[in-house]
Amino acid sequence: MNEPNGRKQEFVSELLGRSDYAIIGEIVEPKSKVLDLGCGEGELLEWLALTKGVDARGVEISSAKVQRAIARGVSVFQSDIDAGLADYPDQAFDYVILSQTLQEMRHPLQVLREMLRVGRRGIVAFPNFGHWRVRFSMLTSGGAPRTPLFPHEWYDSPNIHFLTVHDFEDLVDKHGIRVERRYFLAGNRKVRTLPNLMAEVAVYLVSRR
Amino acid sequence: MIVTANTLRFDSLSLDSGATIAPVDVTYEAYGELNAARSNAILVLHAFSGDAHAAGISPETGQPGWWDNMIGPGKAFDTNKYFVICSNVLGGCRGTTGPASINPATGCPYGMSFPVITVGDMVRLQAMLVSALGVERLLAVTGGSMGGMQALEWAVAYPDRVVAVIPIASTTRHSAQQIAFNEVGRQAIMADPNWDAGNYYGKELPGRGLAVARMVGHITYMSDDSMREKFGRRLRGKETFGFDFEVDFEVENYLRYRGSQFVGRFDANSYLYITKAMDYFDLTNGQRSLAGAMEAVRARFLVISFSSDWLYPSYQSQELVRALRSRNCDVAYVELESNYGHDSFLVDVAEQSGLVRGFLASTFEKLA
Repeated sequence: MNEPNGRKQEFVSELLGRSDYAIIGEIVEPKSKVLDLGCGEGELLEWLALTKGVDARGVEISSAKVQRAIARGVSVFQSDIDAGLADYPDQAFDYVILSQTLQEMRHPLQVLREMLRVGRRGIVAFPNFGHWRVRFSMLTSGGAPRTPLFPHEWYDSPNIHFLTVHDFEDLVDKHGIRVERRYFLAGNRKVRTLPNLMAEVAVYLVSRR
Repeated sequence: MIVTANTLRFDSLSLDSGATIAPVDVTYEAYGELNAARSNAILVLHAFSGDAHAAGISPETGQPGWWDNMIGPGKAFDTNKYFVICSNVLGGCRGTTGPASINPATGCPYGMSFPVITVGDMVRLQAMLVSALGVERLLAVTGGSMGGMQALEWAVAYPDRVVAVIPIASTTRHSAQQIAFNEVGRQAIMADPNWDAGNYYGKELPGRGLAVARMVGHITYMSDDSMREKFGRRLRGKETFGFDFEVDFEVENYLRYRGSQFVGRFDANSYLYITKAMDYFDLTNGQRSLAGAMEAVRARFLVISFSSDWLYPSYQSQELVRALRSRNCDVAYVELESNYGHDSFLVDVAEQSGLVRGFLASTFEKLA
């Protein structure tokens, strides 16, 4: 593995601005096989390949983003997430990552199940709609919540499901998905109490029970 | 960069049909330097009507190579970094043994006595060439269209000899539509009385038939959009219709020009043999599934298709990508937006260059 050079270090510190990426970096074991669903331009994968020596693969729907990911040396294929998962054999990866995308999926449960078929473990990071700021925004404005984490107008938001930490816990409980670790984040800090109220982002490490 | 072609002769080549060609010549060009570890060699494979002159300027014709925009110092296939080889395919007419070559048994050109060849045969000859050049394992094999088919054949036939494969605007097997267009071309040639069952060497060439075949080919290489942009309904050198069957439209003139130009540089029998090899090509090769045929494949892949390519549509590349994924192979895939149809891989190379450059660099790094 190459030592990170100056440009890379700068890039990593930029990347760590995304707190869920930092947690994912903590979770992923060195030299493992990782599939990132909705990987964008492959920043996370490139960083994991560089710092952890992982075998990094990605799925992304946008042609422009796929091009930039491939140009930076990450193996990404252009596909939507459902079709992207279907072709893989069972347990092909150590980790399948779904970072801040679950709330955009038409069929989130189906995606979770497929993630755990294709991967030994899933890492799911999602924005928590139960955060107090979201609640406050909705209570005071009476409109769809808008916060720094959810800056979109309701009509052009990519988010089609509005889930909270409680909702996700319910889902995994009901559908036999084991939570191995859970992290709650506000900005770059970890949240220890009242996560459903205080966490902006939740990161779960899940596997099949 | 001025480049010259070289020719190597091998004693014989055994073919998939059971026949043997002896001896067999292969003409190639090479650019850049092979490194000490012999780990930087890239084999570029030409499409149907291409040849070994992939890059640089030919001293004979003064023409740039067919992929000169992709191969050279600082380009996607950077010859400052990589050693790039391109050879004329078996059955071709640009130096490598083909139907126009002299059959040593008779002292006359082979003509239709040339054995029917396959993409597998082409690749077997390339493997002999690569070995003779001192390269055991290729960093990459790549090509567009029929070049992509050869690259895929390499990955399956020589899994230990290729690190990476870049098939562009290609397929794992010809569809009925692709076979149909090839058959129209072949019939046009064989309907030309000058073709004379392939015995036209030293006589009048079956130029009309070959030109018509090429005209059809050119239509399939473009898109409706690119033809509208390039020609529209513009008239050629006139303000009104001629009310005869001379050239009226710009597009007619273009096709006639391309057709007649082709007759000067391509052998009609090579057209028959090479298109037949393309039509026979099927990577599954008796296996029940494409994934089954990929069992031994170890290489990483960069697969590229183009949005307006209706001759080798994206679904064919996607079929390949799906089979590779089901084998858990390392595969990157993207469909590039382009208006140029099948020709995109030759002419619309800005985005393609960025992809190839990054993919090759990371492949080379992982190797080191």
